[in-house]
Amino acid sequence: MFEWFSMAAWSPYIAGAGIGILIWTVFLLSDHPLGCSTGFSHTAGMVQCGISGNRAREMPYYRKFIPCIDWYWMLIIGVVIGAFLSSFLSGTLTIVTVPPIFAAAFGPDVVLRFAVALLGGILIGLGARWAGGCTSGHGISGTLQLSLASWVAAICFFAGGILVAGLLFGFRFP
Amino acid sequence: MTLEQIRNNPRLQLVLGLLSGIVFGFLLQKGGVTDYDVIIGQLLLTDFTVVKVMLSAVLVGMIGIYALKGAGVVSLHCRGGSVGATVIGGLVFGAGFALLGYCPGTAAGAIGTGAVDALVGGIGIVIGAALFARAYPYLDRMVLNRGAFPAETIPGLLAVRPGIVVVLVAIMITGILWGLAVFGL
Repeated sequence: MFEWFSMAAWSPYIAGAGIGILIWTVFLLSDHPLGCSTGFSHTAGMVQCGISGNRAREMPYYRKFIPCIDWYWMLIIGVVIGAFLSSFLSGTLTIVTVPPIFAAAFGPDVVLRFAVALLGGILIGLGARWAGGCTSGHGISGTLQLSLASWVAAICFFAGGILVAGLLFGFRFP
Repeated sequence: MTLEQIRNNPRLQLVLGLLSGIVFGFLLQKGGVTDYDVIIGQLLLTDFTVVKVMLSAVLVGMIGIYALKGAGVVSLHCRGGSVGATVIGGLVFGAGFALLGYCPGTAAGAIGTGAVDALVGGIGIVIGAALFARAYPYLDRMVLNRGAFPAETIPGLLAVRPGIVVVLVAIMITGILWGLAVFGL
């Protein structure tokens, strides 16, 4: 049993099937989908409320999605811990600043990588709330409910991603 | 304790959120998708790990959720979409996905595995969400409701029984996964 937990990687089909089963339990016990961008939005709201108090609390978006520590916020903390445990148990935990594919294309400059990551993150935060979900909320939880908006969103995530990755790194397929 | 009591217990929900996250993060890391190179490899169409994980999750998840719905113990939570919200937001997300090389869930996971660039990206995601909240009243008036989709679900759009679509999507996903294996992708 422990050998399983210390394996560097599982078959992607097994990992995926596990995520599918996890989502059954979330619908059963919490009566909502599993999505990651809501937790980031709550963090943004709580920081803004910390800075400007009532003015932030009364923003129309935060009246709709009330920033607080709830299931979705705890989910993100859990994901950090779960991935840490997995990589720690398999001995693959390493501090990385510039990932290999990025370094091969643009050099090992940490400042450049962090600037690109920050810009990418901003677009993701903006786009996820704009589209009403991210790769987990729309891409997995929504598509498996056969939600029309989620299928369209998932196709657009990958269409935009494939286009921009191709422009950055050169189109490599086939 | 009944399902209703579990769902309405705020403290228990915090614990369940944390536990769900730990399992999710563990599976994302074991599936290989907390790795920048794997995600960029997917967007460059040279590594299909992300598609394999997602489609396996959707296949198993869909069958279970519709079975549980048939048993009357879960309900669906689909929301409508529009060209202005879903398509434009989705494309903005996609551009960011290629620049960061992680999505919100895998970025959180990557932070756990020691990726410092994912932490910077996570800060970016929070900033992006704050910018959206700031722009929301304007976007809601001008963009988000343009071109509303005609239905909330695919069975609703096609006006057929959900069970038929579940079977067809299950066959389609199995076919794609089989095709990826056959072509060695």
